[in-house]
Amino acid sequence: MNVFDIIGPVMIGPSSSHTAGASRIGKAASLLLSAPPVRADILLHGSFAKTYRGHGTDKALVGGIMGMEPWDLRIRESIERAEKTGLEVRFSSGTIDGAHPNTASITLTAADGSTAQLTGASVGGGNILITQINGMDVSFTGQNPTLIILHQDLPGVIAQVTSFVSQHQGNICNFRLNRKEKGGDAVMTIELDSAFSEELAEEIRKIAHIQDVILFHLN
Amino acid sequence: MKLDYRSVEELVAAAESSGKQICRIVMEEQAEAMGLTCDEAFTLMAYEFQVMKQSVIDGMNPDLRSSSGLSGGAAAKMQAAVKEGHSHFGPLFGTAIAMAIAVAESNSCMGQIVAAPTAGSCGVLPAALISVMEDQKINEDSVIMSLFTASAIGMVIAKNASISGAEGGCQAEIGTASAMAAGALTEIFGGTPQMVSTSVAIALKNILGLVCDPVAGLVEVPCIKRNAMGVANAFTACELACAGITSAIPTEEVIHSMKLIGQSIPSSLRETAEGGLAATPTGCRLCKQIFGK
Repeated sequence: MNVFDIIGPVMIGPSSSHTAGASRIGKAASLLLSAPPVRADILLHGSFAKTYRGHGTDKALVGGIMGMEPWDLRIRESIERAEKTGLEVRFSSGTIDGAHPNTASITLTAADGSTAQLTGASVGGGNILITQINGMDVSFTGQNPTLIILHQDLPGVIAQVTSFVSQHQGNICNFRLNRKEKGGDAVMTIELDSAFSEELAEEIRKIAHIQDVILFHLN
Repeated sequence: MKLDYRSVEELVAAAESSGKQICRIVMEEQAEAMGLTCDEAFTLMAYEFQVMKQSVIDGMNPDLRSSSGLSGGAAAKMQAAVKEGHSHFGPLFGTAIAMAIAVAESNSCMGQIVAAPTAGSCGVLPAALISVMEDQKINEDSVIMSLFTASAIGMVIAKNASISGAEGGCQAEIGTASAMAAGALTEIFGGTPQMVSTSVAIALKNILGLVCDPVAGLVEVPCIKRNAMGVANAFTACELACAGITSAIPTEEVIHSMKLIGQSIPSSLRETAEGGLAATPTGCRLCKQIFGK
């Protein structure tokens, strides 16, 4: 925590959790898709589902999906802007089991049919926790540069990745592994202290048994 | 100097031993921690202050309305009353509460604000500082510096209690904002580090137990007017502390009691819109009107 977590962020009101955090969840989802989305399906849970209209959570989520930061005044007209730019947005309300009250699950579709899915919770003060990516459970904030690595759960894969990271002066500040079953699909979440380049992420993609690498940094 | 922001006492001791103001030692420590020069840290804080000033201006628009229809236009009314000489407690007081409402209304209407420490309590600190700065012709740089003191106080409260209404009730939001504003003002007026600490204790004691009961779950009723009350609370605490009046309960114990009180506030009174003003017949009617069920 630093002074700008207390005095800050600069944001569009009315609620750090319902607007600032929401726009960051939207932005996080947009980072997963390599092309601009043409369709966004947004499932709202809990307090998000109950109060999104009054709080402008819908506008914040759509603004974020369009790449707007929490302080961007264009958030106020994001839904109209989405319409004009050919982004179709559909909201629904529902229950996500065990989710934080301020949770949204976003599925984005690009013009070529590729999709990306992200579930995130707005946990207070504009901070978010990303809990699911493309159906895989994860848990990270996006505040640090983060590598999301989808791979097959086999001996040595983690060691190869972490040694590659350390060879390139990356210091890991948080590591988490989620897997569906032993030997099955798994996801590594590696949070780093300093920036990591897309080129290096591309190198990791070449390691055997790695299916995909997403380099993620919200700020 | 290393600071861990675990207590206000730590800040007071560091200021006393170095002979510097709290704002100065906090700026130096934070700049170092973030890998910035002091000038860069100051420039970042000056930007936050510019946004605060603009949010006061934005919120004075008489045509401002929130999408729920619950709020907007009150700051303009209050400001008009002050201009027409109808502020019974003097222009500084009238202007200060008008500014607090302005920023809070701008927030409700999706304006750009600085969370300080939260969006719901964003009006207290700018209103307290900008009204006093204009009224007493205080140098803007020293007001910007005082934001480092304010945020250090906020960090201590965040670490030892809470700054979230959902966790600790309104005392955590408007209470923290009041304490931050009281401490900043006390330092601006030349109070000692101990007086800064005392003003924090007094501001928090005055608001302990206040629940978070927003109508329809929106940051409007009663949040906007509580921002005005937060400024009055900050003025009270600053004035008392600067007069040399002390707090019988030490600051750290007040902050700890705030945490315990927050934990014993039922969930219905912690931002869930299930109790308090939100559950009054009118609160329920307004909620139905806005959300249709």
